[in-house]
Amino acid sequence: MTGANSPLLEMRGITKRFGAITALDHVDLWLYPGEVLGVVGDNGAGKSTLMKVLSGLYAASVGDIVFDGRPVHLNSPRDAQDIGIEMVYQDLALAGNLPVHENIYLGREPGRQRLGFKIVDRKLSRKMAKEHLDRLHINVKSVDQKVEELSGGQAQAVAIARATAFDARLVIMDEPTAALAIKEVGKVLELIKRLRDHGTSVILISHRMDDVFFVCDRVMALFHGRNFEESEIASTSRNEVIGWIMGTKGHTEALAHDRL
Amino acid sequence: MTVSEETLLDELETPAARRMRLIERYGVFAVVVLMMIVLSILEPDIFPTTQNLTNVLRQVAMNALLALGLYIVIMTAGIDLSVGSIMALATMLLAMADTGGLPWPLALFIGPLVGIACGAVNGLGLTVLRLPHPFIMTLGTLYSIRGITNLVSGGRPVSGVSPEVRFLGSGEIPLPFLGEYASFPVSAIVVLVCYGGVAYFINKVPLGRHIVAVGGNPQAARVSGINVDRVLLIVYCLSGFFAGLAALMMAGRTGAGFPNAGIGAELDAIAAVIIGGASFFGGRGTVLGVFAGVLVMGLLRNGLNLMDVSAFWQQTMIGMIVVGAVYVDVLRRRAGAAS
Repeated sequence: MTGANSPLLEMRGITKRFGAITALDHVDLWLYPGEVLGVVGDNGAGKSTLMKVLSGLYAASVGDIVFDGRPVHLNSPRDAQDIGIEMVYQDLALAGNLPVHENIYLGREPGRQRLGFKIVDRKLSRKMAKEHLDRLHINVKSVDQKVEELSGGQAQAVAIARATAFDARLVIMDEPTAALAIKEVGKVLELIKRLRDHGTSVILISHRMDDVFFVCDRVMALFHGRNFEESEIASTSRNEVIGWIMGTKGHTEALAHDRL
Repeated sequence: MTVSEETLLDELETPAARRMRLIERYGVFAVVVLMMIVLSILEPDIFPTTQNLTNVLRQVAMNALLALGLYIVIMTAGIDLSVGSIMALATMLLAMADTGGLPWPLALFIGPLVGIACGAVNGLGLTVLRLPHPFIMTLGTLYSIRGITNLVSGGRPVSGVSPEVRFLGSGEIPLPFLGEYASFPVSAIVVLVCYGGVAYFINKVPLGRHIVAVGGNPQAARVSGINVDRVLLIVYCLSGFFAGLAALMMAGRTGAGFPNAGIGAELDAIAAVIIGGASFFGGRGTVLGVFAGVLVMGLLRNGLNLMDVSAFWQQTMIGMIVVGAVYVDVLRRRAGAAS
């Protein structure tokens, strides 16, 4: 898939400082349409900060973002959503007290105009949610179920459904399998593959090499807030990538032994 | 989880879950009905009369409006301690403007406008100053707004509010078919319209849903593109607005602005919201429940008055009901966690 056409997303020289701390130091990232990119790195390497810049939650101190050939300025999550960038947060970011369908359309409720006011159309919201979940092969008992009653995997699936409800072109997932039971991990990874099959690009942040090697086309490593290394999945190995996470290149089985 | 396991869990869950949902939704109404039955038995000649029942509505109007504002605030896991003071200031400025010669159609707006302005101060303090909890900001305004009320009035009551301004709070619509003296209070109509309006707003309007979402998980609301600060600002303005409407009720009933009016009224309003089943931690509670909570407090006061029980007992019992209502909620939650 990569190299077939021009990139969907280019982040160039992204720098983010929090006071005296430089969380990101001239980081570059590029992504092709329909590509699944794994972003790896140790805790504090800057993965989440980079993704928060991309989803509009943080403003970069320095750097450019080019999306679909156009430079963009993302000052809020809404700005990012408007151009088709959605993020699935590590802590899920769902409202447990609201039903599944309302979570999927939260902030973008389907509605009708009445006397100049928008009125939420629950029936339409339920129907759209059902159809969308079916499309993604996500099973929940009912779209009226409150999210707090769901299992971790189901909630994760709803979070992904939320992110893809409006024809997202790029979905960012921050450790989507970290909090899941092993049985549920496979379902979420299948879901990521299904998104790719629909032509959606995915950035996957994960500590789990199994996940990265199962779904990603390419992997890039950050180390201490800088680009460290990147490669097509086909031309690297788990041990090598684990080495990048620890800040070493040319890693071998022997060195990785204590980590595996 | 296998399919059979899931169905098994479903079957185990459903009756308990259904029972919980029923208690959650209608439990407080059962209490209202029970109280009305008991009072009808204890005071059969007085309690169930039109005169007395409409009296309960007259007595609860003010608390009902304050509680409605607090309901919206508590839905966001916030609190507004300043509504009693806002009501006093709004009543005072209203009375001063009205007796000072401002035409009554304009004077009517003073209550709600003062309320909204005070609410905006609370909301801005919370969102712009980033005070850690609305308790702090509204505790501050509880004192300051009371102080301003005393400053503008010199600590003296202002009486002589015009009948036009008093109409919303003390007007009566005669009901001749229910007896010679039967009438329905205008204040109750104001209350019912407000409750209907807020119920519609919370359930049907996107902003209302956003308020519920902010109460459930502010982070989720933020990343969904909802401007949480804007929602909170509006929420505190609404609370102030209803305190301003309560000021119209107050001015209507008493015909005057008293600098000490509404001291402790915020606590009555909070109690009604909690008795009505709203969660203090936000995101849970219904407008209908709050109305029932207001009625529970109103019926308790009315019943104990009819039976000549001292006001001290009323306080004691309201305290116990607040604790009891929340304890029922705790039991329900524990049952929910166990199933």
